[in-house]
Amino acid sequence: MSTASVQLPAWINYGVIPLLNLVLAFFFSGLVVWAIGESPIEALRLLLIGALGRGEGIGFTLFYATSFIFTGLSVAVAIHAGLFNIGSEGQAYLGGLGAALVALSLDRYVPWYVTMPFAVVGAALFGAACAAIPAWLQAKRGSHIVITTIMFNFITSSLMNYLLVRVLIVPGKMAPETRTFLEGGQLPKLDWLISMFGGKLGAAPLNFSFLIALVMCFLVWVLIWRTKLGYEMRTLGISPTAASYAGIPYAKIVMIAMLISGGLAGMMALNPVMGASARLQIEFVGGAGFVGIAVSLMGRNHPVGIILAALLFGILYQGGAELSFDMPSITRDMIVVIQGLVILFAGALEYMLRPAIVRLYQQISGK
Amino acid sequence: MSLDLPKEIEPAIELVGIDKKFGAVHANKNINLTVAKGSIHGIIGENGAGKSTLMSILYGFYHADHGEIRISGKPISIRDSQAAIAAGIGMVHQHFMLVENFTVLENVMLGAEGGQLLRKGVASARKELKHLEDDYGLEVDPDAVVEELPVGSQQRVEILKALYRGAEILILDEPTGVLTPAEADHLFKVLRVLRDQGKTIILITHKLREIMAITDTVSVMRRGEMVATRKTSETTVEELAELMVGRRVLLHVEKGDANPGRVLLSVRNLSVKDARGVTMVDNVSFDVRAGEIVGIAGVAGNGQSELLEAIAGIRKPASGEIFIDGNPVAGIDPAGLRDLGLAHIPEDRHHMGLVLKFEEYENSILGYHRDQRYGRGAMLDLDAMRKDAEEKIAKYDIRPPNPRLKTANFSGGNQQKIVVAREIERDPNVLIIGQPTRGVDIGAIEFIHKRIIDMRDAGKAVLLVSVELDEIRSLSDRILVMFAGKVVGEKTGDAGEQTLGLMMAGIAA
Repeated sequence: MSTASVQLPAWINYGVIPLLNLVLAFFFSGLVVWAIGESPIEALRLLLIGALGRGEGIGFTLFYATSFIFTGLSVAVAIHAGLFNIGSEGQAYLGGLGAALVALSLDRYVPWYVTMPFAVVGAALFGAACAAIPAWLQAKRGSHIVITTIMFNFITSSLMNYLLVRVLIVPGKMAPETRTFLEGGQLPKLDWLISMFGGKLGAAPLNFSFLIALVMCFLVWVLIWRTKLGYEMRTLGISPTAASYAGIPYAKIVMIAMLISGGLAGMMALNPVMGASARLQIEFVGGAGFVGIAVSLMGRNHPVGIILAALLFGILYQGGAELSFDMPSITRDMIVVIQGLVILFAGALEYMLRPAIVRLYQQISGK
Repeated sequence: MSLDLPKEIEPAIELVGIDKKFGAVHANKNINLTVAKGSIHGIIGENGAGKSTLMSILYGFYHADHGEIRISGKPISIRDSQAAIAAGIGMVHQHFMLVENFTVLENVMLGAEGGQLLRKGVASARKELKHLEDDYGLEVDPDAVVEELPVGSQQRVEILKALYRGAEILILDEPTGVLTPAEADHLFKVLRVLRDQGKTIILITHKLREIMAITDTVSVMRRGEMVATRKTSETTVEELAELMVGRRVLLHVEKGDANPGRVLLSVRNLSVKDARGVTMVDNVSFDVRAGEIVGIAGVAGNGQSELLEAIAGIRKPASGEIFIDGNPVAGIDPAGLRDLGLAHIPEDRHHMGLVLKFEEYENSILGYHRDQRYGRGAMLDLDAMRKDAEEKIAKYDIRPPNPRLKTANFSGGNQQKIVVAREIERDPNVLIIGQPTRGVDIGAIEFIHKRIIDMRDAGKAVLLVSVELDEIRSLSDRILVMFAGKVVGEKTGDAGEQTLGLMMAGIAA
């Protein structure tokens, strides 16, 4: 029997261990900062102030976190059914098309709150459509979902390139993007949320989709732990043989899980497309789909964990941007290094410290 | 509690005060054990009694917290399995550690090739292997590929491997679990030869009959303690069983006469293929009536698993028909079959019957989770699930009685009770069961057997598959023997072991 099978109390599992991992990640990031001749303490201070110091910083942090919540949920739902969806990036990209088409066709006629539900459905449908083919190939043909979803990231990227450069571009303009949506196709900013805490949102693009993301967290929690479908997904995800014994249809569950996963990824597009820039731009996803994998992993595939992990990555994105602005020797690439270290320690090396902590716990608890 | 050995017999192994804890679990409590050189020493105990831990300490997988190991009188420290091999200890695992697509010779050499280039090592290994085979009657073709050998021969390769490394002490962990009675007899012959040539053998098993048949001395473990050591000739099966469980055990299942009614399960000309297209079940037909238990005997791998899975709807039959209460059901999925009154206790509770990472109450609805009693419409009603689980826990004495505990943390016997409770409490008309007591301790075996008999007496049709011939014989009203995918014969429940053994080996019909 190894330490892996020892059960730790929840506060250690979900509190102490992630926190220690994070401390380690920041320690090694500090070493990197120190190695290029800057003060790690000062860098950390700038990062935190940049992300959380003012209302605008918080607005940006929450804006990034919103995208990561959507993609994190997307990855988590698939993982619960035993599927590793690496295609959230592409699904979000195509979801942007769905949202943009709704906004472009409705923004002239109706206010935003009428457009919004259609845009949510449109983004989710397009995202789900992007996941449907890999899902079908997995369900019926056994083609590995990791491979097919990666491939679909490229396919989506090329398709969107083509559409934006050739079809959706505003005639006579150089930029490969759609026209700017009118107010009826934009999601309102959440000034009131920040001012509730006495801050000012300023130029930060935090918008209504943040609230949609929180609602989705709740719905995903209900789906996974309170519905029969979620029960079937979890059974399949943990033990495919037990699922077949229980009469849980493999192909059907794979399809449903992937469609939900793709839909959630697609909804991510609401945030940058309808919330921030009010138009569909090329490569607007910007890696949020991949960050979603780390977010889901760090958040233990649980909505609450995903919110916390998304906030952490929001802080790293926003604070990192401020940091590289204030400390020119810390370039954007350095920020990526730091993000990478966080993913490494909090995600990939999740269990590195566990045996030591188990032994310590056993000694202290005197067993 | 060591045995008083005559002075002239030297001990091969002495364990003195071995103590091992895993967290809160005290797996070995101050174990003292002396095994005489040139003897066969049995170690028995229920699951979780600490046998495997003790042997793992002896073989260097774990380190004892306290205590000393002496080999031939000298205290040594066994840090890892390399050190164990160097000390002359060889282990034959329950699941063979062989490279299946290597030849016998290559497997025997593995890890002891002798130098960077193979050729010289191969020649000397071949000579050495020939020696061993001649000395101990362990005939195996050195150039045969292991995966093409029958299980009994593969086990011989494992033994040869240990001997090739100079083992003086052989530990065998549940060696007969996968063997036919004839193969087991052959193994025992080999073990006797090894003993007579001066090797020391430790046999770990839960089969009391084997202990009686082959060992010289036997030690009983219970809850981490060594509770008794006896000369085999001076003890009885009843005494050993009582020592193992700590109370008197009914070894024989008590059941009245069967009262068969109408046919509830009927299988006609059923053939099933596995994923590679190999026919595993070959044109099998039989009936199971209400109020009778039909046992299917056979050595593992002769199609019983596939037969069960086909009837349960998990595996699609290649041809043939299955009827439940007269209705054709081949092709209906497991969920549909449950609605028709079929319940299935699968062979492999770890991979099929349970989701080990689930909490207990989640597993107690597996397969029936769509039922409205566990929640209306698409939702799950956790309170209803837990209440239902608590009722089953109370009725089946599942321990610990905590529906929120992760299923993996229950013992094997209690895990099996979770499955048995779930399937039997649905009051099915047809119950199909695979290996109901594999890895289950004696106390729980008694309980599960009683439940199965109760089902029969309540007028249900029960189909039982087990590789434990004793279990088949004590429970079944009729016995079908499967060999190579075919039903090769039918006997009444009181058929002799020898007759069945020969049929299982495909020799007699």
